[in-house]
Amino acid sequence: MSPASAPTFLETLPLLPQRLIGDALRSLGIPEAFAAAAETAVAAIIVFSLFAGMFALLSLIERKVLARVQNRPGPNRVGPCGILQPVADGIKMLTKEDVVPVSADRLLHFLAPVLIVIPSILALGVLPYGREWVPVPATLGLLFFFAVGAMTELSIFLAGWASGSKFPLLGAMRAIAQMVSYELPLILSATAVVMLSGTLSLPEIVEKQGGWTLGFLPAWNLFTPWGLVAGSIFFIAGIAEANRCPFDLPEGESEIVAGHMTEYSGFKYALFFMGEYLGLFALSSLGITLFLGGWQAPLPGLGFVPSYVWFFLKLAVVIFLFLWIRATFPRVRMDQLMRFAWMFLIPVALLNLPSAAVWHYAGGGLMGWLACGPFLVLPYLALTIHFNRKLAQSTRTYRFAE
Amino acid sequence: MSAAPKWIPPGIGLLQGLAVTGKNFIGSFFRADRMTTVQYPEERVTLSPNSRNIPFLVFDGGDPDTGLRCVACGICEKECPPQCIYIVLDRDENGKSLKRPKVFDIDASVCMNCGICAEVCPFDSIFMDQEYELSSADRFKGLLFDKATLAKSATYHAKIRPLEAAAVAERKRAEEAKRAAAQAAKEAKAKADAAKKAEAPPTISNARPAGGSASPPDLSPTRSGQESDPPKSTQPTAPEEAP
Repeated sequence: MSPASAPTFLETLPLLPQRLIGDALRSLGIPEAFAAAAETAVAAIIVFSLFAGMFALLSLIERKVLARVQNRPGPNRVGPCGILQPVADGIKMLTKEDVVPVSADRLLHFLAPVLIVIPSILALGVLPYGREWVPVPATLGLLFFFAVGAMTELSIFLAGWASGSKFPLLGAMRAIAQMVSYELPLILSATAVVMLSGTLSLPEIVEKQGGWTLGFLPAWNLFTPWGLVAGSIFFIAGIAEANRCPFDLPEGESEIVAGHMTEYSGFKYALFFMGEYLGLFALSSLGITLFLGGWQAPLPGLGFVPSYVWFFLKLAVVIFLFLWIRATFPRVRMDQLMRFAWMFLIPVALLNLPSAAVWHYAGGGLMGWLACGPFLVLPYLALTIHFNRKLAQSTRTYRFAE
Repeated sequence: MSAAPKWIPPGIGLLQGLAVTGKNFIGSFFRADRMTTVQYPEERVTLSPNSRNIPFLVFDGGDPDTGLRCVACGICEKECPPQCIYIVLDRDENGKSLKRPKVFDIDASVCMNCGICAEVCPFDSIFMDQEYELSSADRFKGLLFDKATLAKSATYHAKIRPLEAAAVAERKRAEEAKRAAAQAAKEAKAKADAAKKAEAPPTISNARPAGGSASPPDLSPTRSGQESDPPKSTQPTAPEEAP
């Protein structure tokens, strides 16, 4: 990973359209402020269309993977191997009747699906996809990400409240409880990274994860004791933030129809899905940036591959993990969900902060592992004892069955 | 559940679950026998012999009009729980029954595929089909099956339900043999009577020939003395001769 003096053509390829347009505008004598704004707009359009395309693809891949886990072939009728299924779904969604309940607040009912897509797109803007490819290089990128990410809860609650119906309201209340609870461990785990990187800028956080330990192991945050804990917590809390199985209680189709999306149909429903998937992409991308070294190559000597290829490969792996988990675990109960967040994730995430400090002062390496070891092992042991005692105590009593 | 649960370190159960789904995911790409989905329009499973759908009428020989076994007795019409069968008996110009249906309609949109009609039919003329692609663009006329649509040959019956068709054929053969024997006995008796008549002066005789039945032999299978025949217990009822 020698610092390249001049970035290669492939490395700057995603930036080509915005540069061309910016240069064209400047050569026409347009003021610099407008040209820069146009450049940013083009960069945003590229990122948005890229992730919108990935959303369409993922909606197919998700069904394919889930089908394969259940030993089915999955959608395979529209086009070769069902590749045109997203198109068919889109046409179906567009041609459906748009139903607004009589009891709904028409304006808010319309606004909610629009507002749910916006924060995800905003959050995607500050992420570093490649060494050169950062659509909006913000110095406080991480803070911005969480600030706009918090808007998602509002639009979900807006949808639930504006629908004027019981299931959406129940789903929205679940969503608020869940997302507020899980935002805490999410941010606490990211704090550990901020502590050791000393910056809130996402591109800089990725730069700091460059290099190799022992000559082959990438110096990603995941391969440190505090990073392992924080990364795991981030992943779990990310599943809950993205409303994915096994934490998909806000939707909970077997209990509350479709939660906040119950009273939506047609394209508004599709927008909710899009917002959800874009949020999933954004959270996965942030997780990769914070813990999996962003666009850094996983092995030495692979620097010739454009850096954004590594980023999207990692994204594919993380997304597959999400699908795998969805295919495996059943939905948890509301009380289990809340207890898990407040009595396990948040204490462990808090305990992880001193662990990160110890790592910093131990100077990393073997000393760091030895010093941080207790922070890894002790919670695990405590949990083992705690859960096994609970398991031994709990005899299930059936009130109505048996 | 009084026994202490087995000690498992936390998190291992989750990994075990992931391993199971992972194994299924990978396995589905390499082992064809894992995939149980039948790609329906192209592939079809052979239905089990007892699978049943809409009823159909059996005819013997090549012509559905003359070979129809149905005598329009109306038992199925009376027994049908949702009352989807409609039969009109065919009569000649004198009002005499021709022992065949003029109209035999089944409303497929009403039929619940229970198979009671096939069970009660004493003439082995109505059976359950295995046809399941019955969708129609016309929900009224397209689902009202008339006699011509319902009539299917005995060879078709033998194809979809070989066991049932073989049992029916066996029964028919036994009846045929019995009828032939009865006919022979009747002829012998008639011969003996004729011989007796030749000896003695004729008197008014109201003795009926043994084994003789009121209904014509080709339509009403004689049931007396056939207790070993399992599926049929209903006594055949010939259609009324006059209203």
